[in-house]
Amino acid sequence: MSLKGFHIVFISVSTLLALGVGAWCLWVESVADAPAFRVGAICSFLSAVALIIYGIWFYRKMKRLRIII
Amino acid sequence: MEIPYTVTARPDTGLWNAKVGIWLFLASEVMLFGGLFSAYVFLRLDAAPGAWPHGLLNVPVGTMNTAILIASSVTVVMAWASLKMRRFRAYWWYMLVTISCGVIFLGVKLAYEWPQKFEHFGAFIKKDALEKYEPYLGNHHLAERGLAPRIEISGHLHNPEALHDENVKEYEVALDPVNADPTNPNMDRPHFLYVPATDKVVTIEKADVEYANMFLPKHSAYFASYFTITGLHGLHVLGGVIVFTYLWLPVGTKLYKRNPEHLANRVEVAGLFWHFVDLVWIFVFPLFYLL
Repeated sequence: MSLKGFHIVFISVSTLLALGVGAWCLWVESVADAPAFRVGAICSFLSAVALIIYGIWFYRKMKRLRIII
Repeated sequence: MEIPYTVTARPDTGLWNAKVGIWLFLASEVMLFGGLFSAYVFLRLDAAPGAWPHGLLNVPVGTMNTAILIASSVTVVMAWASLKMRRFRAYWWYMLVTISCGVIFLGVKLAYEWPQKFEHFGAFIKKDALEKYEPYLGNHHLAERGLAPRIEISGHLHNPEALHDENVKEYEVALDPVNADPTNPNMDRPHFLYVPATDKVVTIEKADVEYANMFLPKHSAYFASYFTITGLHGLHVLGGVIVFTYLWLPVGTKLYKRNPEHLANRVEVAGLFWHFVDLVWIFVFPLFYLL
């Protein structure tokens, strides 16, 4: 696997992490009554969206440049 | 003598040599970190109720470090892609950002996160003395709510000589909020934002203590795992930073002028290693900071 392939795997795992952190923040907010974590959840979910957009952009760019996996 | 297959692929493997080498190396790394993660999971599953600490790490700082490592993975790929497009100036800048991210990550770990632990103290109270320290443990309150008991009192140690001097019979501790106000429902769950120790100082008799130490690897299985895994990971980050710095220095420029594809291949191999190191952190972060 090339760096391109590994990078796509890494971004996918990072996206899952961002979604997980968002879910964790919502859980902490509900059990510990800590409203600050709502902001954390929103930031995490936005980060997940940003990572997905970046991943798609990266894949298309690499394809265009014909840097193969 | 010229080393073969540094740029072109070997006919039998279809890969240039360094790529085969890095994947074999990464396979051994998977086994190394896999073993450590397994040890952590089993130690945690085997811990007695209340014995496994929660909420001792600074989540916002850990999140920031995670973001820094993810950003560095993006910049290292951009550096490699820039070399593929023969844009050396862009490569130089992207590599500089990658190196900076690695240095910031290590700086935060070594100058802030670890020292904060070294200054913290914890005393595990003997079973028969738990009642005596109930005002600082709040176990009756926890039992009513069906939560695991507390067996440790933590905070800042005012008389560090007590750790080594047998003539000193007690520890003077400025309590953490969880022990200063243990029946407050807000203390029932770990604090995930950093909360400093309070001004409330209590005296804990050494005779009532099962075991006491600063938050060092020998404090508990938790901190032994934490320092081993984050320390080993930090060494890998340091290794990556050293390799990237080497490729970023004039050595890289010379190699680029001689054979740009060779430099691109070197950066790709270093980038694969860097991605692996970042991937390890993606598992370290939730395991230690969140769960």
